[in-house]
Amino acid sequence: MPLEVVKSGQNLLEVEDLKTYFFMKDATVKAVDGVSFSLAAGETFGLVGESGSGKSQTLRSILRLIAPPGRIISGSVRYKGQDLLKVPLGEMRKYRGSEIGMIFQEPMTALNPVIRIREQIFESLENKGLTTDQKNARAVELLRLVGVPSPERRIEEYAHQFSGGMRQRAMIAITLAAEPKILLADEPTTALDVTIQDQILKLIVSLKERLGMSVIMVTHDLGIVAQMCDRVAVMYAGRIVEITDTLTLFGAPRHPYTLGLMGSLPHGARGSRLQPITGQPPNLANLPPGCPFAPRCRFAESICTETYPEMVQVGPGHFSRCHFIAKLDGQSGIIDLGNVAEGRR
Amino acid sequence: MKQLNYIVGRLLQIIPVLFFVTVLIFMMIHLIPGDPAETILGDKATVEQLTILRHQMGLDRPLVEQYLLFLKNLGTLNLGDSFIYHVPVTDLLANRVPVTIALTIMSTIFGALIAFPMGYFAAFNKDRAFDQGVRVWTLIALTMPGFWIALLLMLLFGLKLHWFPVGGLGEGLFGKFYSLILPAFTQALGLSALWTRNLRNNVVDVLRMDYVDFAKSKGLRDRVVIVRHVLRNALISTVTLMAMSFTRMLGGSVITETVFALPGVGKLMVDSIFARDYGIIQAITFIFALLVMVMNLATDISYSFLDPRVKLE
Repeated sequence: MPLEVVKSGQNLLEVEDLKTYFFMKDATVKAVDGVSFSLAAGETFGLVGESGSGKSQTLRSILRLIAPPGRIISGSVRYKGQDLLKVPLGEMRKYRGSEIGMIFQEPMTALNPVIRIREQIFESLENKGLTTDQKNARAVELLRLVGVPSPERRIEEYAHQFSGGMRQRAMIAITLAAEPKILLADEPTTALDVTIQDQILKLIVSLKERLGMSVIMVTHDLGIVAQMCDRVAVMYAGRIVEITDTLTLFGAPRHPYTLGLMGSLPHGARGSRLQPITGQPPNLANLPPGCPFAPRCRFAESICTETYPEMVQVGPGHFSRCHFIAKLDGQSGIIDLGNVAEGRR
Repeated sequence: MKQLNYIVGRLLQIIPVLFFVTVLIFMMIHLIPGDPAETILGDKATVEQLTILRHQMGLDRPLVEQYLLFLKNLGTLNLGDSFIYHVPVTDLLANRVPVTIALTIMSTIFGALIAFPMGYFAAFNKDRAFDQGVRVWTLIALTMPGFWIALLLMLLFGLKLHWFPVGGLGEGLFGKFYSLILPAFTQALGLSALWTRNLRNNVVDVLRMDYVDFAKSKGLRDRVVIVRHVLRNALISTVTLMAMSFTRMLGGSVITETVFALPGVGKLMVDSIFARDYGIIQAITFIFALLVMVMNLATDISYSFLDPRVKLE
């Protein structure tokens, strides 16, 4: 079993060596290339990375929503012990919605434009043995819960009549209507402005606590990770390069890419400059043999362009894919762990 | 309420267009070379006979007066007698219009029966053999002229296999239906090719949409996802295209009815043109113009019902 999968009896979901490739005409794009992680009950787990690092495809693979030319090549996705990748595709619907629900990134394209919001919520309430009146009441209640004003009226409307933030809320209401045990949130706030973003995130936290969900939060925003997540995995070029608890990630990152992400965040004293990661993310269709981050890495040596680094343990529950973890020892992130420990005391 | 306003507005817009159409139709008599009376009576007509006929037709009156008379006749559905059939034009049309309407409806149904499954399965087998086959087939069906298809169908199913009559309208309800099958099929082929391609491309596009994946992620049955989310969206523009095809079918009926010797409006139109039977030509042109306008309006209205994003304003 890969190191990244925490061995505990509490795991609701264990993803192991997941590989999802896209077979294009002239190349194979390895969007997800051996991803492993686990999610404990009640936990919020973050997946961070740049666009195209495979975060969204990892989420979609969990629900097996990969369409040709994409295909899940190998691996396992164990939900409550059952490998979802071995379930016949026709039976996947038992797990979709009521067990594992997903919030999509773009509410404008994820809501059906020609069906009323009411019908779309009703679809999530199927198989719950509710009468139409009960469904109606529940749908209104859900819209009110996610903060859509005058839900009785808006439930009759279509997606295009909603603003961006309201659409996102409606989508969350639709997903939550099924009362999933795991919520997959694919950049749930990227399309929104900052104030709405904050409201939506707080909403997800409060709903999570009320309904006792576990959450996998995909984002490229480290601020959201800090605010929301218990543990976090950093993805780069289809693989997890570092995985640890949120505090450690910000306090003592042990992967050059994570370090780079921290450096590109505004923080610290006035006048301190941002240090963006130089270079471009690699082309997933044509990855070099070594570490895909090597060309952009300031610690890289010749071995980095030759051998792909294995995952190594750097601390309890803290793993990193780097040949030179030792070099990173003593590098600190953007928060001082000592201070945090003080504060906690 | 807005919808009603829109519909009333559009109906009012039809009036000036219709006015223009009536002017055009009226002018036809005077624009076509040759005197109508001479054409009707032939070379051996005497001057007296010509004068009498011209007077009967009102051709000796001022143009404006003639036009107003024409409008009055049109309005009261008193379109005079046909020169060649010697029956009132309205009676003639009452016999012929149902044939063309039946042909149009059957063509639409046949077209849909061909296009829906083909387009649907082609989309679900995108770029595989079936899709390629459909692509080749639609190309052939689109490029073959209607009269050529008609002749091929007649040869095979009429003369060789004797499954269907070669031409003419049968007796009784079933006989009529039976004799319309080949003509309807002829019209349906070309149109269904258009609809097939449209539906296929729509389904391919919709299948890529996030809302289809979102629907699946709710745990819905495949059937529900396909009917409610894929087809519901894919059919919007196909249905609109079908409504617009109606005009094409009216034009096509002229050819199809002629080839299959069907007593419909299209055939009547052709016969009347050759015989210079002005009253009929005017009436049919007017009916066709009216139908095209009404169908265009119906298309726009249906679009707003199918797609809530479309506002009629």
